[in-house]
Formats: sequence, C-alpha cells, structure tokens
Amino acid sequence: MHDAPSTAEMVEAVKRFIDDTAAPQLTGHAAFHARVASNVLGTVLRELAERPAAEAGEKDRLVALLDAGPDATLDALNRELCERIRSGAAGLSTPGLLDHLKTTTIAQLSVDQPNYSGLARALHPRG
Amino acid sequence: MLSRGKSLAGPFFPVIVAKMGNAEQIATALDSWAKLKFGSTAAVTGLKRLSGGASQETWAFAVTGTGPDRPLILRRAPGGVSKARSSEAIGLSMEADLLTRAASAGVPVPPVLGVSEAGTDLGQAFIMDRISGETIGRKILRDEEFAGARKVLARQCGEALAGIHSIPADALPDLPVSDGLSQLAKYESIYRAFDLPRPVFELAIAWLKANAPEPLPSVLVHGDFRLGNLMISEEGLASVLDWELAHIGDPREDIAWVCVNSWRFGHADKRVGGFGDLPDLLDAYAAAGGGKFSPRDIDWWEMLGSLKWGIMCMIMYEAYRSGADPSVERAAIGRRVSETEIDLVYLLEGVRNHA
Repeated sequence: MHDAPSTAEMVEAVKRFIDDTAAPQLTGHAAFHARVASNVLGTVLRELAERPAAEAGEKDRLVALLDAGPDATLDALNRELCERIRSGAAGLSTPGLLDHLKTTTIAQLSVDQPNYSGLARALHPRG
Repeated sequence: MLSRGKSLAGPFFPVIVAKMGNAEQIATALDSWAKLKFGSTAAVTGLKRLSGGASQETWAFAVTGTGPDRPLILRRAPGGVSKARSSEAIGLSMEADLLTRAASAGVPVPPVLGVSEAGTDLGQAFIMDRISGETIGRKILRDEEFAGARKVLARQCGEALAGIHSIPADALPDLPVSDGLSQLAKYESIYRAFDLPRPVFELAIAWLKANAPEPLPSVLVHGDFRLGNLMISEEGLASVLDWELAHIGDPREDIAWVCVNSWRFGHADKRVGGFGDLPDLLDAYAAAGGGKFSPRDIDWWEMLGSLKWGIMCMIMYEAYRSGADPSVERAAIGRRVSETEIDLVYLLEGVRNHA
C-alpha cells in the first residue's frame, strides 16, 4: 500500500484545518468541541510516534517481572499482573513493580496529556 | 451525573435551549414571589438560564423596584418536578435545608430566601442570593486579583470545613451514608464491570484495602469541596457551592478531596487546591473546632480521591464506548485516566518510602 501522505500527515492536515480554519468560525459548544477534537488529534499523532517503542518496553518489563514466556500478548501480561496484585501475590514491596508502573504511566501520559502537572512531578526526583 | 467536573463533564447539549414557555411561566411565578417577599413594587428582571444538568436547573435573575437590584439564583427541579436521580445526588429541599444549617454554622453560603414545593407554579425549587466571585480554578490560581485570596484560602477552607463538619449529623436522617471503605468497594465494582484492567488501579485498591484507617465518628460531609465548587472573591472564600453530593461520612474525605492533584489545576506543588499548604488548613480546622489531623492522616483519603476521579473518568468514557453519548469530549476523557494513574504512582511511592 502507498504511504504518501502518511497517516501522520493526514492527521496533521485535519488538525491544521480544525485549528486554522474551522475552529475560528465556531462559537460556544461547537468551538469547545473543536478544541477537544484538535487535542484528540494531537494525542493520535503522539501515539503514532510513541506507542510502538513504549509497548515494546512495557512488554519486556512485564515478561521479566512475571517470568512469562515471550509469546504472551501485552493484554494477557497486564491481566496477569492485575490478577497477581489483586490476589496479593504481587504488591508494593515487589521489587521492580512500582518502578515498572511508573515508567509505563509516564509513557502513557506522554501520549495522553503531556502537559499534566503530575507528569513533570514524576520526571523529577521528590524534593 | 457523578461528580461533575464542570469543565470536563458538563452536560452541555440539552441545557442551552430552555423552552420559552417554561421561562415565561417561571418569570411569572418569580414575580409573584418577589412581590410577596419584597413588596408590591418589586419586579423580576433578567431571568436567564445559567447551566443545568441532569439533576437541577439553575437560573439567574434580579429583583428590581425596591432599591438597588438584588441579584438572585433560582435552583429548580427540571420542569419543577423532582425526578428519580442518581442515588448520590440529594434533593432540592435537602439542599436548601443544608444551606440554611451551614449558614448557621458560620460557613460562607448564599442565604436561602425562599423554598417552593412541587405542585406550585414554580414547582420544587428554592431561591438564594447570588454571590459574586470566580469559580474557575485556573483563573483563581493565576490571576493577580486573587493573589491575596490565595494566601488566606487554605485557612479559610479549614474553617469552612470545620463548620460543615460541626453540623449535627443526627439531624439529617435522610442523607446517604458513605464511608471510605464503602466508597472503595463501590468504585472497585464499577471499575471491574468495565473489564479494562489497569495495574496501577489494582495496586491502589489493594493498598487502600490493606491500610484503611480506623473510622472516625460520622459527620456531615460536603462531598465535592474543591476549586470549581468554591466561589472565590478577592478576599478569599465567598461561598461554598454544589452541595448535591453531601452525605454522612468521614471528615477526612472532604479535607483530602480539595488536595487531589486533579483539582490543583497545574500547581502540583501546593497540596491544598494548588494554592495552599495542608498544615495551614489543618491548623485552622482544629482551631475552629474540628479534629486534630496530621498531613499523613490525609494520605489514604487523597489516594482514594484520585482513584475515584480516575474511575469517574472511566465512567464518562464508558458513555462513549456504550454509544450513549457519541461526543468527542466523552471519547477524549478516557485519555485523562492516566492523569490519575501518575498521581496514584506518586502517592504509592510516598507511602512506600514512609513504610
């Protein structure tokens, strides 16, 4: 399949249309929703760029943490982790668990809401 | 709707267009009320629907003809008829009752001037003074005109909460009862029903269950005490609004909710609402007759608060996933759940380091 324009280029074009052309002509709730829509496309662009590497890292950490086989899916690994936490087999004192969750959440938030105050706080040591 | 972060979750669409017939009927009923209350020269002017929502209508108007215009607020059941609402939200007559009791306890609230029952022209409703000020969190935290308010607000919040928590709970038998562990169980079951596993939530739930504090004697809890629901003037706290989630429960719930990072609007370094320090709030709370708490006493409840808000965001996203509300806003809020996850990670690091 062709890739010109790329997925990212097409999303960028739509986002630019919303920001530069459509949103300025809107008022009230439609203007609000146009801003939300533009922000969603920003999330999509970050996700296109960051998800593959972030998920690969997440999976490597989960395989090590759970002593799992390399063929397990990310969804299955996360379900297994949830089950172990729920049953008490893993918890706050499990070596590497909270650090893994922090790394994963930082990657998630860098896609979802990179300006959130809690992200900057997580990236800097506790004062 | 569950807590109602206004900027995030306001139910925008249905509320803008109030039927003209409805507005005329309300204006006529208010005019009669104003003449009884303020004298025959009184008249109603400027009736305007402010916001609304699933549970209640809010209208602004003024009474003129008796001296300076008096700005007022009408809170009214939709169509004047009380309907079955979410099990969490209290009714209008209870809200008016709480405002009156809060005023007696020294809590800054708008005076209630009249209550109307179902079956009257106005329907189930009450009227209160319209207090001027600002409710938008980012403006309160940023704008120069609130610089003085920000310095005193933590102590004022402590005093207001002590007043709310001093209102005798046994005089309010119709309020729902909800303590920390019952809220945890409720939100856990909602989260599990979505079948969208999130390990950070699992760890927070497990830690909260294993470390629940000893319960305290129950008090009246406001239930949504945070920026957004507080009217702030240049002098500080002008009015405590939005009493719909009031219940009987633990006083630490209210103290912690205003500390949840989601309500610090970018100012994470100031634990109380992005504007103040918790020891100041707690000192003022104790000095005003409330219990003596240390900041560590609030940690469990702040973690519960972040977890609750995260699951509320999932609930709002679920409205999109289920097809009930196909708006882009409801889709987008699903990508705010991770905000509460990073806050939970931060809080879990804190309790691990203290362990």
